[in-house]
Amino acid sequence: MFKKDIPPSNRSKVKSSVQRGLRQKLLETYPGLEPFIEDVMPKKASLEAVKLPERVTLYTIDSTPLFFQPIDGPPVPHLRLIHQYPSAIPTIQIDRGAIRFVLSGATLMAPGLTSPGGRLPDAENAIEAGQIVAVKAEGKEEVCLVGMLKVGTEEIKSKGKGVVMDEGHYLGDGLWRMHLD
Amino acid sequence: MEESGPEPARQVVYCGVCTLPPEYCEFGGTAKKCEEWLKDNESDLWDKLYSEDALNANLSTLSVSAQERAAKDAAKKEAKAAANEARDSERKAASKVIIKRVERNKRKYVTVVIGLEVFGLENKKIAKDLGKKFATGSSVTRSPAGIEEITVQGDVSDDLSDWLLEVHGNKIPEANIEFVEDKKKKKSEAALP
Repeated sequence: MFKKDIPPSNRSKVKSSVQRGLRQKLLETYPGLEPFIEDVMPKKASLEAVKLPERVTLYTIDSTPLFFQPIDGPPVPHLRLIHQYPSAIPTIQIDRGAIRFVLSGATLMAPGLTSPGGRLPDAENAIEAGQIVAVKAEGKEEVCLVGMLKVGTEEIKSKGKGVVMDEGHYLGDGLWRMHLD
Repeated sequence: MEESGPEPARQVVYCGVCTLPPEYCEFGGTAKKCEEWLKDNESDLWDKLYSEDALNANLSTLSVSAQERAAKDAAKKEAKAAANEARDSERKAASKVIIKRVERNKRKYVTVVIGLEVFGLENKKIAKDLGKKFATGSSVTRSPAGIEEITVQGDVSDDLSDWLLEVHGNKIPEANIEFVEDKKKKKSEAALP
């Protein structure tokens, strides 16, 4: 989604009513974020919206990116936020061989998850298609990719091939490198 | 603020060279520099990531052919990053910031600045700053050739170069600033003799 560098663009303050709505939406999408919401997005902080290409809006507080939202999708937390609160969002794991492809912006494919190095949640904790997940890498602690699953985890297990995540926000992409000051 | 939550936010160290978390430096294309940076700044982490054991553990999980491919890929990426950097610095050395004094009317001038963006400065911000500094109108305009330039009202070319060197001197070497005077040719030449 953000393969290219993002040119600096206009930012604007978000209305407090919109901010409340966003906060609600964020909590709905990520119940795991509930305990941290006061730290992530204090009620009084003034949220700013930055327009990104492809009709994506990035929300920041004091020049720290929090999450971005495509016009037709749910909000997705910025990787820096996930690094701070890794437990807030469901996580899957890819094997070591897939890291270099992910970090150069390739789509995420199923074999990287089903191989021995990868990890998917159990059947009872299955993640549905359309949910936002964070992707960790084998042998690493930090999350390297975040995005929307195109297929549910159970289907990934049964099929074992094909695209799993089309485009996401990965370490070192345009959004990651973007300067906000 | 951070400690008020039930589970405080984790503080993640990011590499000063490639901005990734250090464990991912090996995929960033500047692995060597990253390693040196980490050794200088975060020696604990360096011990953890670059000790012999850690390196061996990393290698043993991949098959030999995959390892070779990954190594080749990494080398390629590194070469590319190095080439990029070299090209960038070369371009910086070759390009100049041009400060132009343009005659607008007999005794009125505007100052035009071209070529700041090559040195990593943002035209729009600089224009705003200049307007504040000199208390004049200052705007970013697109020249007919399609290049962005800053137009400052009034003849401020000398002060402008001083200001540039003072505030952004670390980015622009003095030798790369050039003055040009643009006069309306017909009238001035006719008036001179």
